[in-house]
Amino acid sequence: MSSDIILQVSGLKVSRGGTPVLDIPELSIRNGEFLSIIGPNGTGKSTLLLSLAGLMKRQGGTIIFHGKTVDNGAELLAFRRRLAMVFQEPLLFDSTVYDNVAAGLKIRRIKRTGIRSVIEENLALFGISHLSSRSARKISGGEAQRASLARAFATDPELIFLDEPFASLDPPTKESIIEDLGRAMHARHTTAVMATHDRMDALRLSRRIAVMGGGRIVQIGTPSEVMHQPVDETVAVFVGIETLLAGEVRGSSGGVLEVGVNHQSIYATGDFSPGERVTCFIRPESVMVFPPGHAADSSARNVFPGVVTKIQPIGLLFRVQIDCGFPITAHVTQMAMDDLHIEAGIRIIAVFKATAVHVIRAPNR
Amino acid sequence: MELIIDGIKKAILLLVTFDREVLGITWLSLKVSGLATFISLFIGISLGTGVALTRFPGRRLVVSIINTGMGVPPVVVGLLVTIFLWRNGPFGMLELLYTPTAIVIAQAVIATPIVAGFSLASIQKLPEALRLQILALGATRLQMIWMLIKEAKLPLLAAAMAGFGGVISEVGASIMVGGNIMGYTRVLTTATVMETGRGNFDVAIALGVILLMVTFCINAVLTWIQQRERPR
Repeated sequence: MSSDIILQVSGLKVSRGGTPVLDIPELSIRNGEFLSIIGPNGTGKSTLLLSLAGLMKRQGGTIIFHGKTVDNGAELLAFRRRLAMVFQEPLLFDSTVYDNVAAGLKIRRIKRTGIRSVIEENLALFGISHLSSRSARKISGGEAQRASLARAFATDPELIFLDEPFASLDPPTKESIIEDLGRAMHARHTTAVMATHDRMDALRLSRRIAVMGGGRIVQIGTPSEVMHQPVDETVAVFVGIETLLAGEVRGSSGGVLEVGVNHQSIYATGDFSPGERVTCFIRPESVMVFPPGHAADSSARNVFPGVVTKIQPIGLLFRVQIDCGFPITAHVTQMAMDDLHIEAGIRIIAVFKATAVHVIRAPNR
Repeated sequence: MELIIDGIKKAILLLVTFDREVLGITWLSLKVSGLATFISLFIGISLGTGVALTRFPGRRLVVSIINTGMGVPPVVVGLLVTIFLWRNGPFGMLELLYTPTAIVIAQAVIATPIVAGFSLASIQKLPEALRLQILALGATRLQMIWMLIKEAKLPLLAAAMAGFGGVISEVGASIMVGGNIMGYTRVLTTATVMETGRGNFDVAIALGVILLMVTFCINAVLTWIQQRERPR
C-alpha cells in the first residue's frame, strides 16, 4: 500500500434485504485529497460513505486505515474517533451551539477546561462565534450546517465524510459555506470524501471524482477526465454531456478521426480503426454558434450549418438544440441570444473543435 | 352541593391543622407512587429504548404487548401480584403481601408499560441519521443510547407524568396487595374508597381534594421543567 493512502477498501459488499446495493472491488483514499462521489439518487453514494466510515454492516470486504485492518470492537471505535461525518441535515442536539460543537470532545472525555479554546477556534473557523450561546433550535439552516461542520472539525479528524452537506441550502449560503469549508480543509490538511448529486459542487472542491451507478464505481479520475472523457453513456449524461452521437470510424490520420454520423463527417481525436462503431460525446459548452456566413474565421474542424429546433432557458444560459443532420446541443448566453437573434426555426452554424469530441467504443447491444 | 362544600371545608381543615393521619397517608402515597414511578422509569426507559433501537423477530409482538400493557386494568395487576406474593405463591417466602413494598411492586408493574410505550415512541421518532451522527462523533453504543435519551427528554418527561399520574390515582391494585391497613398501607385512594363506603363523604371528598392537589403539584413541577427545557 502506498504511504500516501490513508484509507483503502477492497471487496466491499453491502446488501439490503438480500439485494446487493454496493459492490466496490477496490477504492483508495489518498492523504489530503478531496474525493467526491457523484451519481444519481439511489446509486449507493450514502451507503458507500457509511460503509467507509464503519457505520454500516457489510456483507464482505476489508477496510484498511493507515495500513491496519479495521475490525469490529475497540479498533472500530478507535477508527471512528479519527474521522468525522456531516450529513445533509445538520442533526444538531437540543442544546446550545457551543455544546453541539463540544459534543465530539465530550464523547472522548476530554476535560472541560481543555476544550474551550478548541471550540472557540472551530466556531470562528465557520464564522459562528456570535451564535455560541444560542439554542441550536433557534438558528437558521445555514447556521446549523456551519455548526455541524464546526462540530466535525472540532475533533481534528484525519478524514471527514460529507453526505450531501449542501443539498438543503439556498445558493448564496451554499457558496459561502463551500468557501469556508475549502479554507478549513486547506488549513487543517484534512482528507475528505463527499457524496453529492451536484456535479458543480464536486468540480469546485475535488481533486478526484468518482461516478457511481448501480452500487458500483463506474469511473474515477480527475474532474477534467470525468467531465470530458466519460467512460460510458450513463456517466456522460450525468456529467452534463447532452450530445451523444452513434457513428462509425471512416478514417484515421495523425490522431484525427473522421467519424460518420448520419451521412455527415465529424472530426475527433482518438485511437480507433476504420470500421469501428463508436459513440461521440460533445459537451454543450464546447459548441459555439454563429450566424450563417460568419464561421469562416474559426480554426475548428467541425462546422455544421443547421436549424434551431428548440430553446430552453437554464438559469443564466439557454439550451439551444440544433438539427445539423444530427442533433447537437449548445449552451448560449443571453447576450449571444440577443446578438444572433436566435429563435426556433432560424438557420445557424454550430462549430466545435476536434479535441472537444470524446469518442468511446460503442457498447455491444 | 352542601356535601361538596362541607367536603372542601373539611379538606382545608385537615390540611391547615396538619392532621397526623392525613399527613401520614399523603406521605405514604407520595413515597410509594414516587418510588414505583422511579422504578418504572428505569425499567420502562431501558425497555422502550431497547425495543426502539433493535430489530429482532417478534418485535411487533413485543410492541403490541407494551401498548396493551399501557391500558391494563390495575385490578388485573393487583390480582397477579397478589398471586405471586401469596403465602403459597412463587414469592410467598418474602412475606411482602399487605406491605408498602407490595404496593410499590404493583404500581411499578402498572407504570412500566406506560413509560416503556412513551419511551419507545419518543426514541423511535428521533431521526435514524441522528444515531449514525452520534456514532460518527466517536460515541460507544452506550454513549449513543444515553445521548438519544437526552434528546428525547421532553417526551420522556411526559412519560414520567403519565406514569406517576397512572399510579397515584389507581386504587384496585393498592387495595388488593396493600390491604388498606391503617398507618401502614393506607394510601389516599384506598382511604377515599373506605371513607366513601362508610358514608363519610366529607372526609372522602377531603381526601379526594388532597389527592388532586398532590397530583397537580407534582405535574405542575414536571410541566414547568418540560416547558423550561423546551427550546422554541
